[in-house]
Amino acid sequence: MNLPRMNFFGQLGAGTLAAIERLGRMALFLLEVLGHAGAMVKRFSLVIQQLYSVGVFTLPIVLVSGLFVGMVLGLQLYNTLVKFGAAESLGLVLALSLLRELGPVVTALLFAGRAGSALTAEIGLMKATEQLAGMEMMAVNPVMRVIAPRFLAGVIAMPLLAALFSAIGIYGGQMIGVGLLGVDSGAFWSQMQNGVDFHEDIMNGVIKSFVFGVVVTWIAVFEGYDAVPNSEGVSRATNHTVVYSSLAVLGLDFVMTSLMLGEV
Amino acid sequence: MTNRKTVEVWVGVFVTIGLAALVWLAFRVGNLTTTDVANGYRVEARFENIGSLKVRGAVTLSGVRIGRVVQIHTDPDSYQAVVTLNIDGRYKNLPTDTSASILTAGLLGEQYIGLEPGGSEEYLKEGSRIKLTQPAMVLEKLVGRLLTAFIDKPADDGKKK
Repeated sequence: MNLPRMNFFGQLGAGTLAAIERLGRMALFLLEVLGHAGAMVKRFSLVIQQLYSVGVFTLPIVLVSGLFVGMVLGLQLYNTLVKFGAAESLGLVLALSLLRELGPVVTALLFAGRAGSALTAEIGLMKATEQLAGMEMMAVNPVMRVIAPRFLAGVIAMPLLAALFSAIGIYGGQMIGVGLLGVDSGAFWSQMQNGVDFHEDIMNGVIKSFVFGVVVTWIAVFEGYDAVPNSEGVSRATNHTVVYSSLAVLGLDFVMTSLMLGEV
Repeated sequence: MTNRKTVEVWVGVFVTIGLAALVWLAFRVGNLTTTDVANGYRVEARFENIGSLKVRGAVTLSGVRIGRVVQIHTDPDSYQAVVTLNIDGRYKNLPTDTSASILTAGLLGEQYIGLEPGGSEEYLKEGSRIKLTQPAMVLEKLVGRLLTAFIDKPADDGKKK
């Protein structure tokens, strides 16, 4: 058993088992959080407190990025569309790309970087300084008091932020397209209104952003709760939150898009 | 921690503008206001070829949109395309001999159905069928016909000489 080859297999097996065990813990953790989510209706002030730190603080970065993404899209799409004599379709292409893809995805990535990492660091630090253990000593369930309100706040905030991102992006694209490049304003809006469907495009974007909200916040609170309680562990957990939730968002986006378009 | 009152106000502002953005998207960007054909009635039209007509395509009367295409399928017996139109209830006085043709917006734009009223005294009702139809012009067929016309002509001239 001392052969180096056996050692390799042993390590691989241990790593796989640990990963599966962690996934299982993560699923059970989500169930526990969801179990306490109902109790949050009675103590909604806790959720409001978290909405402030998760939603309101993420607002400026989402608004500024949305405006610039919309403006860049306006410039780029105009340059391509004008070659086909279809510059009037700028509004439609802009709205569809923002509502279907960029709004939910970019907002989720920003959300993971801004709010998700902060959630992990906060919860991880609470664990490292034994505040969570202290709560348990006082017969307060930390999952209910700390995790559930943060989770709910993230899930509520994400669709709102994504809608704001899309709206301000369309506004930015309109500023560039109509204001700077001289696309006809009537054609810009009427093509958009004819081509964008409420259920197919807008609601699917909202569903996407809701799912991203659940996934990003879930990963963030779990990483914090599961962090190794020292400064290195918390920093690693914060790092993991951003990496894992970004990957999860991009991967899930592909899966959801193919389901929604019904191509697969 | 920040003052509780300020927190509440800011969260209120956040939720309000978030919802406002969603409503704005729905009404200004989307077509939530225009998709609904008010208490419409459905009529059916059969075409040889519908080109690239799609569900939700427009149905127009002298250029004004009065309804939408709600369903397209083929009839397995006659091999024709059966298009179901939902026409706004305000336009109840369409004669039964109204003709429907598939037109194209612009040169290569999307296709829609244009209705032209006939002279009958009776009107179309829920479930009735438009009998006079004109299929879509398919660009490839048109080009093909044009090419054969060009090729045939010199041959004819040759025979005459």
